[in-house]
Amino acid sequence: MRLGCGAFAAGCVAVEVLGVALFLRGFFPPPVRSSSQPAPPAAPEPSAGASSSGTKLLPPLFGKVVVMLIDGLRDDFVFGSKGVKFMPYTTYLVEEGASHSFVAEAKPPTVTMPRIKALVTGSLPGFVDVVRNLNSPALLEDNVVTRATAAGKRVIFYGDETWVKLFPKHFVEYDGTTSFFVSDYTEVDDNVTRHLDKVLKRGDWDVLILHYLGLDHIGHISGPSSPLIGRKLSEMDSILMRIHTSLQSEEREALSPSLLVLCGDHGMSESGGHGAASLEEVSTALLLTSSAFSRKPGEVRPPERVQQTDLAATLAVGLGLPIPQHSVGRFLFPVMQGRAMREQLRFLHLNAVQLSRLLQASNPVYEREPGFEQFKMSERLHGNWVRLYLENNNSEVLLNLGAKVRRQYLGALKSLSRAVSSQVAQYDIYSMVLGTVVVLEVLALLLLSIPQALGAAAELEVPLSPVCSLLFYLAFLLLWAMHVVVCTSAERSRYLCSLTWPMAGGVLALVSALLCGVLSALTRTCVDGKLLRRNPTPSSWRWSELDFLTLAGTAGHVLSLGASSFIEEEHQTWYFLVSTLCLALCHESYRACFLGEDGEPRHCSSPASALQDRSVSCDVLELDQACQSPSSLDGLGGREKYMALASPWLVLGCCRLLRSLNQTGVQWAHRPDLGHWLTSSEHQAELSILSALSLLAIFALVQSRCSPLSKGALALGLLGVYCYRTATGHLLFPWQQDSKDLSSDLALGRACFCYALLSSIPVSAYIVLVTALRYHLFIWSVFSPKLLYEGMHLLVTAALCLCFTAVGRSSTKADTGRIARC
Amino acid sequence: MKNIDIKRLLYTHLLCIFSIILSIFIPSVFLENFSILETHLTWLCICSVFVTAVNLLLYVVVKPSASAKRSSLSYKVTRFLKCCIYFLMSCFVFHVIFVLYGAPLIELVLETFLFAVILSTFTTVPCLCLLGPNIKAWLRVFSRNGVTSIWENSLQITTISSFLGSWFGAFPIPLDWERPWQVWPISCTLGATFGYVAGLVISPLWIYWNRKQLTYKNN
Repeated sequence: MRLGCGAFAAGCVAVEVLGVALFLRGFFPPPVRSSSQPAPPAAPEPSAGASSSGTKLLPPLFGKVVVMLIDGLRDDFVFGSKGVKFMPYTTYLVEEGASHSFVAEAKPPTVTMPRIKALVTGSLPGFVDVVRNLNSPALLEDNVVTRATAAGKRVIFYGDETWVKLFPKHFVEYDGTTSFFVSDYTEVDDNVTRHLDKVLKRGDWDVLILHYLGLDHIGHISGPSSPLIGRKLSEMDSILMRIHTSLQSEEREALSPSLLVLCGDHGMSESGGHGAASLEEVSTALLLTSSAFSRKPGEVRPPERVQQTDLAATLAVGLGLPIPQHSVGRFLFPVMQGRAMREQLRFLHLNAVQLSRLLQASNPVYEREPGFEQFKMSERLHGNWVRLYLENNNSEVLLNLGAKVRRQYLGALKSLSRAVSSQVAQYDIYSMVLGTVVVLEVLALLLLSIPQALGAAAELEVPLSPVCSLLFYLAFLLLWAMHVVVCTSAERSRYLCSLTWPMAGGVLALVSALLCGVLSALTRTCVDGKLLRRNPTPSSWRWSELDFLTLAGTAGHVLSLGASSFIEEEHQTWYFLVSTLCLALCHESYRACFLGEDGEPRHCSSPASALQDRSVSCDVLELDQACQSPSSLDGLGGREKYMALASPWLVLGCCRLLRSLNQTGVQWAHRPDLGHWLTSSEHQAELSILSALSLLAIFALVQSRCSPLSKGALALGLLGVYCYRTATGHLLFPWQQDSKDLSSDLALGRACFCYALLSSIPVSAYIVLVTALRYHLFIWSVFSPKLLYEGMHLLVTAALCLCFTAVGRSSTKADTGRIARC
Repeated sequence: MKNIDIKRLLYTHLLCIFSIILSIFIPSVFLENFSILETHLTWLCICSVFVTAVNLLLYVVVKPSASAKRSSLSYKVTRFLKCCIYFLMSCFVFHVIFVLYGAPLIELVLETFLFAVILSTFTTVPCLCLLGPNIKAWLRVFSRNGVTSIWENSLQITTISSFLGSWFGAFPIPLDWERPWQVWPISCTLGATFGYVAGLVISPLWIYWNRKQLTYKNN
């Protein structure tokens, strides 16, 4: 069975789109969202329906909450030797005060904005966030700050501007500080501290959030072991002391206790950076202090390891708010320890209900999760306990049963939280690998079939020999075994494992079939190479500068995608490469024009090959006009020759105009550009003149007697009409066996092939690159959007290729049908 | 014969490199606050003057083009004037090309033009010295298999490496490192200078390496 190269390319790209989709599914794990959009009402207390007192919201535990967030506060800055040395007051609080200390583990990417979101929503960033955040910086998800504002709490914020962007209308008072100037580490913090005295004295607020940036800036400048760190930590310690003493003195007047939270958003690596998943970067300090906490004197515990997302639930409970819907954390139980048993169980129940709702929404087989079973059981026990409590039963029994229920709940919460967060926390490496394998196999197939596709026949053989099918079955069996092993061994849920088995089998069959195709293509190439070496024929293929430039440009473009600033300014790369290509074409055409005889004989002797590599460059940059000029130079004379010589310059000028028409990117986006100048209201006259001129130009172009351009356009349009009439059966093609049609079909197939090849090289390279850079600082803000764009580009390519192939196929079919009828 | 020629080529190239180094160090003796990055435009002027002077000197002393026939004074004068016009034209053409490549059109005109001047100094001036104002010869040298002596061969290499240097010099501009040399056109001029120096170093070595394979029509 033989296949045209256009159809082959279209099929390859379609398969590649599948591979990219699989990769994307693994790279952007879907966020865990409960199905009901409006917040569900608080679950009633499981008390066999007797009392109505359980349905109302519980009173807040704390009157005032101060969150002191220090950017880059690694755990050992507080609990390690540095803390002892530079933060005496904090160390006193940790060791002897009424406080609970934890090491909170942040999930990668350990970058400020996703961490802030995790702290206030308790959820982890997912695919939807990336798409949604392209346009709207405000945080729309359910979170503690929004809930607090809705509940009428007065929230004040001082510090990093990111918060102000996330919550534009929530704070009654705020002062944002930009973190743009990394070299500044005093002003950013003084900007926050200068408000403290006034605010602490005033006391007309409920929540105060402070975000200090200085420590992180010092880390970026000189690393975590620099002497500046100690000074900064001492400063932070004194600020903490000020806040704590002021809160304590206020508490004596007010009745409800207050809560002071000291936390970091992410850690700091040994070189001072952050963003990746190393232990230093994910471990942050978390310290909760309140007079409500009871503490036995002399008791020293090492800080417990918890998740950073747990803080959102804790804050919500502490402020008497419902826990954010999508929070995957469980609240920090030590905070509750001094409360009555009924209250404790009530809070545990609320948290467990919230988590189980999330689990139900995300996992279709949630009943089988051990956490869910535990939750159901503890809920039943809880109901029994409440009944006993209301009957005023023996206090001893009640206490023992209560402790048992509490233990049950804590275990259930732990497994529920793990089950929910494992779905979003990590990349699904298995899907990513399979997707990458598919994409790379398609690329290899395309690369290996270049000689055949661009050869004379432009047809490819589909390998259906017995050896191939044997290989296919073998590979399929092996992959299936691997699939079973991976799916049974993994504790985390993987997308491919959750698919039904025919679908997963289809994917695996695709992978193995592609493998067979690649292998057979490889052997064929080897055999051909051997044959060629045995009877060497003078090969007509020579590398011209243009071929080299095209290849080097593609390679350079792909390499530049490894740097985030090049992705941000990708248009600059394109403009630069297009200008270079134009200049090279210009050079070529001038040489062909002035040194026609001395130049390479390629232009006159083998127009087919010349056309072919022109078509490659045409496909890269779609500069048809410029591309055509050198290859058809010999057949032209006089006016056309000058047009051919001038056209690269024309294209260059147009590119320059295009560049100044719209400033985009990041660095120069603010610069004035032609587009804004024209659309501004005071330049309406210029705009009208310009549009009138361009309309006139179009009119003139259409009107002029024998402009080749208008002729071509007219001819194309008329041809389209004619084809339509033929398809409906009113007309007939006048030709019987025209070789011209065949050759145009062939050229279309080849162009299709080249296009597919050239768009699949960057995609596959980029996928590998992104996998390697998945812990990069800018992975969410720069690389992921670009990945989406690349996937979309591939989809468009596939659609175009399929369209072209279908058109070519239908015209050929009509042709052959006509021949048969005759 | 050939080895002597290559040696002469090497010495002239070393002299050119020396002139560039001099242009970095001599002005700091006479001018206060002179540094390549801060007073970049001054350095550009001085460097281009130095390189031009050395090229002219070498042309007068070494006479690589070896035109034996005597010519009249008026012919020489017109030839010189033609060379000047060609140089200016090449400066303007380079300027236009830079603008087409994306250099600002209205702002920083002087910077762009001086970049064009220095690139012309590295490419056009040696061409003018060696080939004279003769477009056909230029096109011959810069097309495949059109070289007729090692001087033209080295000319080809230095010119192409200067162009490549300035081409690569444009790459750091969009990066967000915020270094002083990322400002237009400093990275490009530095790239062109490095490319020129690299070409000067590489070309004698390359010719020496390939002296067996190289056959010229005239030799």
